[in-house]
Amino acid sequence: MSEPRTSPEVCGMGHSMKRKEDPRFIRGKGNYVDDIQLPGMLHMDIVRSPFAHAKIKSIDASKALKIPGVLAVITGETLAKYNLHWMPTLMSDTQMVLPTEKVMYQAQEVAAVIATDRYVAADGVEAVEVDYEPLPVVVDPFKALAPDAPVLRTDKKDKKDNRIFHWQAGDRAATDKAFAESDVVVKQDMYIPRIHVASIETCGCVADFDRVSGKLTVYMTTQAPHAVRTVFALVAGHVGLSEEKIRIISPDIGGGFGGKVPVYPGYVIAVAASVVIGKPVKWVEDRMENLQADSFARDYHIHAELAAKKDGTMTALRIKTLADHGYADAAANPSKFPAGLFSICTGSYALKHAFAEVDGVYTNKPPGGIAYRCSFRVTEAVHCIERITDVLAQELKMDPAELRLKNFIPPEKFPWKSALGWEYDSGNYPAALHKAMEIVGYEALRKEQAEKRARGELMGICISSFTEIVGAGPSKQFDILGLKMFDSCELRIHPTGKALARFGTKSQGQGHETTYAQIIAEELGIPAAQVQVEEGDTDTAPYGLGTYASRSTPTAGAAGSLAARKVREKAKQIAAHLLECSPDDLVWEPGKFSVKGAPSRSKTIQEIALAAYTNHPQGMEAGLEAVSYYDPPNLTFPFGSYIAVVDIDRGTGQVKVRRFVAVDDCGNIINPMIVDGQIHGGLAMGLAPALLEEISYDDEGNITGGSFMDYLLPTAVETPSWETAKTVTPSPHHPFGAKGVGESATVGAPPAIANAVVDALAHLGVRHVEIPITPEKVWRLLKEKGLAE
Amino acid sequence: MIPSAFDYHAPASIPEAIALLSRFGESAKVISGGQSLLPLLKLRLGTAEHLVDIGRIAGLEYVREEGGSLRIGGRTRESVLERSEIVQTRFPILLDTARVIADPLVRNRATVGGNLAHGDPANDHPATMLALRATVVAQGPNGERTIPIDRFFTGLFATALAADEILTEIRIPVPPNRSGGAYMKLERKVGDYATAAAAAQVTLDGAGNFTEVGLALTNAGPVPVRASAAEDVLLGKRADDARIAEAARRAAEVASPTADRRGSVEYKREMARVLAVRALKKAVERAGGR
Ligand SMILES: Cc1cc2nc3c(=O)[nH]c(=O)nc-3n(C[C@H](O)[C@H](O)[C@H](O)COP(=O)(O)OP(=O)(O)OC[C@H]3O[C@@H](n4cnc5c(N)ncnc54)[C@H](O)[C@@H]3O)c2cc1C
Repeated sequence: MSEPRTSPEVCGMGHSMKRKEDPRFIRGKGNYVDDIQLPGMLHMDIVRSPFAHAKIKSIDASKALKIPGVLAVITGETLAKYNLHWMPTLMSDTQMVLPTEKVMYQAQEVAAVIATDRYVAADGVEAVEVDYEPLPVVVDPFKALAPDAPVLRTDKKDKKDNRIFHWQAGDRAATDKAFAESDVVVKQDMYIPRIHVASIETCGCVADFDRVSGKLTVYMTTQAPHAVRTVFALVAGHVGLSEEKIRIISPDIGGGFGGKVPVYPGYVIAVAASVVIGKPVKWVEDRMENLQADSFARDYHIHAELAAKKDGTMTALRIKTLADHGYADAAANPSKFPAGLFSICTGSYALKHAFAEVDGVYTNKPPGGIAYRCSFRVTEAVHCIERITDVLAQELKMDPAELRLKNFIPPEKFPWKSALGWEYDSGNYPAALHKAMEIVGYEALRKEQAEKRARGELMGICISSFTEIVGAGPSKQFDILGLKMFDSCELRIHPTGKALARFGTKSQGQGHETTYAQIIAEELGIPAAQVQVEEGDTDTAPYGLGTYASRSTPTAGAAGSLAARKVREKAKQIAAHLLECSPDDLVWEPGKFSVKGAPSRSKTIQEIALAAYTNHPQGMEAGLEAVSYYDPPNLTFPFGSYIAVVDIDRGTGQVKVRRFVAVDDCGNIINPMIVDGQIHGGLAMGLAPALLEEISYDDEGNITGGSFMDYLLPTAVETPSWETAKTVTPSPHHPFGAKGVGESATVGAPPAIANAVVDALAHLGVRHVEIPITPEKVWRLLKEKGLAE
Repeated sequence: MIPSAFDYHAPASIPEAIALLSRFGESAKVISGGQSLLPLLKLRLGTAEHLVDIGRIAGLEYVREEGGSLRIGGRTRESVLERSEIVQTRFPILLDTARVIADPLVRNRATVGGNLAHGDPANDHPATMLALRATVVAQGPNGERTIPIDRFFTGLFATALAADEILTEIRIPVPPNRSGGAYMKLERKVGDYATAAAAAQVTLDGAGNFTEVGLALTNAGPVPVRASAAEDVLLGKRADDARIAEAARRAAEVASPTADRRGSVEYKREMARVLAVRALKKAVERAGGR
């Protein structure tokens, strides 16, 4: 990164400005949904199904209604009166709000208790009696596609099987031909387990319907408040909710990671309850409800095949995948992409031929398929290509670094058109890998490994050289329920030269209040400290699609920069008026316009702002404001090379990540400290599925791992001291050359660790270990190979 | 995550607490640190109409040496045990144990007495106390009695304590010179209960032979288990690798773990063996044997 252009006082791009939001968080003064207290507020708690698939024979609420303070018990029958018992998902599937006939997964919402007090609501839930008749359960997605499998979605009249969609990309025939002509083919099955975002703050809302004004205000844990408002208007229009009377407020959000994009039944029930009762209703999930019922991520059963020449040149990639979506496709992908951006699976390699297909399947599990800190199935794609690359290296007895360097898309070949149709904007993959190898001391580690192997000790070193695809997206391809995936900024400069900037996105920890202010500071020279950033209130913020999939900087950040440039254009006219010269004679440096050749004749942005309200030129409108709705011309393609070094305990099978070097390239950097923070957090979240986290189900569809007792979030103890570094390859099409970075580490880290573990065992003939790599899995391999202590 | 309603009592003395327990019988529960009891109540896996909080009773938190034994007050928190100088210098096995129980936040509340009284085979102190051959002191309506640790754990979540008894002290004989102990635990992540763990406490003579051995396992069955057969293998014998390996094999034979997310029965039993080897070796090393 070159030196910042602005002074530390202005704090534009490239400065590690301390986060403006931190003083309130550090002092415990954040304002989250659960902090909202409204007069007369009622509380909601939810009765959930103990069965994964069962007919509801009856719901008896009489005992609950006798508890003092319990006001109402809402069931599917109640909602059916208003036709609100089903709702659409973002993928144009349907999902129950509350069931009228049967439940489809364990922990599904069955009824809701509304009470004057949170404790009474819990007692009410305990007292609701539900009579179930268990139905056959489908847990295994492969069995779900068997001809004799029970059809789960009996609500869909013509549905005869459990298939949701078939998606494919690439040229199948050309790929098959390339396989036939290749020297070597490697094949590997791999499962990317079902995991959960497990954000610190669970989901919840306070729904507040004002009977007098007819206005509905919902404080809600959502990453996409504007889209939610429109969806509410569309699905509840028939009961009188109209978009101008709906206000969604996302206050501070304690982590979203994609888990707060969907609309969950709880939100809808709370809104319905508030509308019917006329009082505010609060609903906040507890931890187990959050883990057990909210949208999961991943759950991809992948079969990958890679073809190559003898010398290691990769020639073709073929992938077949089964995607377990639970009982409804409640993913939050762009609508035209049922498998998200899985077609980035050709990764960083100059593959000429590729074919990928994904089949979505219904099972008796919670609905979802959300993009957990990942731009829509990119994590799955990266794991697949980075793992199979190592399998190939092993087959060819080639060093995995050498194989990668041989096959990288050469830096001079960008923009690169991938075999599955993407145009990679920019990249320099060898530079990132070389840098990572240098930092980690690759050669020395390989030597150490050889010595250790001779002594019977186990250590592994390996790589993940990922390419991301983020910043959805260009309106010609990208929409959610028809809403194009632009994003927006509305910028006002006050008379004293301070600014208010509002965006269509919503930070959940990313630091937008700081980074967006730095973007404005960079463009206008107004100190970032004097730029107030606001998001998340649909009554005040411009329309936008929200924050997920690393899209905020590529879209809303770009809008901020373009709005500021519009302001600068007007400022130039005003400056020319003040300096009595032609606008063409002015030169801009951050913070002021000066006359060409006469630098002492200048006007600062603050002077210009004052003039915009006190002394604007005749014929020009007063004020200094601009709006930008930015429709990106392409996605951005951040990349990086990660190297993990692991040691394995031969007695217990425990894997210890000794070192982890992460070299990231996200183009031009707004705030290096925030980027590092994003990488650190993302790496911990990437280590998690590699070694610890998984949500699984037994044969009856009972969740195992539905609390933090068994859903193992890593802590500082399990994570190594991350070593981070950067290369900078700007995006050529983004206004300030940035790419997204929030998800690179989550996406890139799991295969680095998995590859390192396999590398530690490679000399024993081990080719693959499924994640999460638990001590027992490793121990079983050691035992099988006669190496267990 | 909200418990059913209960009444809360905060007696100021042991007799007062015992009187409350006698009055309410089975419908009352002692609450100490609450770190095992409250999760049960919050998940509504258990109920109690009355909670008798012994946290306001003065004089129940101490770690001191007296009359040839280490005495730990019945309501001594793990964090206090961890910081005690005598534990740090002379009872490394207790320090090992306290350090791997939950996390510092939990240890600021959880008590050693509660850890035993809960009768949970997954807790870490039972094995340590078995290895150390501790004695539990209880007070009830009929006064005080002592219970040898070998008779304390009677079943899953069940102990020899009566409903109206309070655990007031734990006594551990101060080991002679050339003694050492260690606790080795395998956990999936920090704060987790043991996949498997082994506690070893040994004394060696001048020739390097075992004169005393205590070996016990955590989470290896419905009750915390002493590996008596393994102890017998070692007693009077030289502390060498082969014998330790043999003892650990015997220890694993008494393990009857159940399969869960922490691992299969086979894995857990093997881990009991591996950790028994490691705990014994460390104990021998600390006893000055290597
Ligand atoms: C997140 C978490 C992780 C944990 N991890 C571990 C771990 O790794 N290892 C481990 O060993 N423990 C672990 N624990 C349990 C913790 O150590 C418990 O606190 C301990 O087991 C019980 O101590 P307590 O003082 O909290 O007892 P309480 O929860 O108050 O009581 C537990 C039981 O003992 C009874 N009781 C308590 N004190 C007395 C007394 N003086 N007389 C009579 N009866 C009494 C109570 O009636 C109750 O039945 C964990 C707990 C949590 C919350």
